Amino acid sequence: MYNKINIKAFGMIAEKLGNTALEWDACEDTDGLRKELEARFPDLKEMKYSIAINKTLIVGNVRLPEQAEVALLPPFSGG
Amino acid sequence: MDRFERQILLPGFGKEGQEKLSRSSVLLIGAGGLGCPILLYLAAAGIGKIGLVDGDVVSVSNLNRQVIYGEKDLGRKKVEVAAGHIQGKYRDLSIDQFAEFITPQNALKIIGDYDLVIDGSDNFATRYLVNDACVLLGKPLVFGAIYQYEGQVSVFNHRENSVNYRDLFPEPPALGEVPNCAETGVLGVLPGTIGTLMAAEAIKVISGLGKVLSGRVLFFNSLSAQSFEVSISPNPDARKQMPASKEEFENLDYEFMCEGVREKDWEQALSQLSEEAVLVDVREEGEFPLLEDFSHVKLPLSEIQKGLGLSGRKKEAWLFCQSGVRSKKAALLLQGLEPTLKIYSVRGGILAFPSSKKE
Repeated sequence: MYNKINIKAFGMIAEKLGNTALEWDACEDTDGLRKELEARFPDLKEMKYSIAINKTLIVGNVRLPEQAEVALLPPFSGG
Repeated sequence: MDRFERQILLPGFGKEGQEKLSRSSVLLIGAGGLGCPILLYLAAAGIGKIGLVDGDVVSVSNLNRQVIYGEKDLGRKKVEVAAGHIQGKYRDLSIDQFAEFITPQNALKIIGDYDLVIDGSDNFATRYLVNDACVLLGKPLVFGAIYQYEGQVSVFNHRENSVNYRDLFPEPPALGEVPNCAETGVLGVLPGTIGTLMAAEAIKVISGLGKVLSGRVLFFNSLSAQSFEVSISPNPDARKQMPASKEEFENLDYEFMCEGVREKDWEQALSQLSEEAVLVDVREEGEFPLLEDFSHVKLPLSEIQKGLGLSGRKKEAWLFCQSGVRSKKAALLLQGLEPTLKIYSVRGGILAFPSSKKE
């Protein structure tokens, strides 16, 4: 089964990931994905960001559908 | 010929749309990178009354993006220059100037007088504060923020049950987690793009035209010229963190909530000097000017781990540095070492020391 997640990253998160887009192995849910990402990019542990699955912001831990597009959205403060 | 002929001609806008704009009042918080284009376009479009809130003065590093100001304005109050510029163009526009920063103490009074609020501020404490005030007062809020080459825009609190900033970002970032423009830079044209998107949303909310960016947030990247939209739904846990009443709001310390650091102005600090508080210079040896006439101790940031050793003998410590940035870091570190002391950072550092107190 070919099941990958497409990650889109913004702002500081993209800097930490080294890219604005990333392909990732399938993952059970968003908590699991956070853990895997933080293991590979430890700087993420210190950062607050919201998550959207297929362009909808999630609240809490959510199961990841197949071939989900996951966006990692940090807040910006500048004006 | 009418000044607004070209938009009155627009299908769906017409005389009625124009009258809605001229009868409306808008409060613009922040007269910086976002505030400048927003002000220019809303004034040109014929908004009846605009309030401008910003306590800052024009500095040379603002000029790559804050397009209302020029070299001749350096050191002058932003709201004064901006209001003068706009008033010189359109005499019938009414502009209220608030040359101060928005605080829990002045926010409800200022915001209460306007139909719509636009947040073009530059720090998280203000963004949470303005959001909460708009929720309490039931005011629609056009939100926009920028980072280097990217921006985000949304409209909160548009109608009853609309989402707000806390649904999008429930938890404020820690101090230093997201650097501001001063630390990481910003492409000058970016706030122009994001600011004009915000001005368009304001006009849509007021005129009832189009589909307002409510319940969704738009991310824009100027390097890829791509945008990305996400829909937002209410987050009940995040909303529990919001002040439930005006009294609770006025007593909330947003700077402490967002940065973990309490702040005091020199005026407050000097008027409250007593046996129970100690002033601490956290600059390194050999930095000038020195603080004269007020007793203080020295504990450089590089040696902060030594601590003050004053727990039990003093109740408060007020830390200052050159500009108020290092003293925030020092306050955060020292608070961990001396949990029984209430630690403050003095806003603006020695550079903000009131000249009237210098003898």
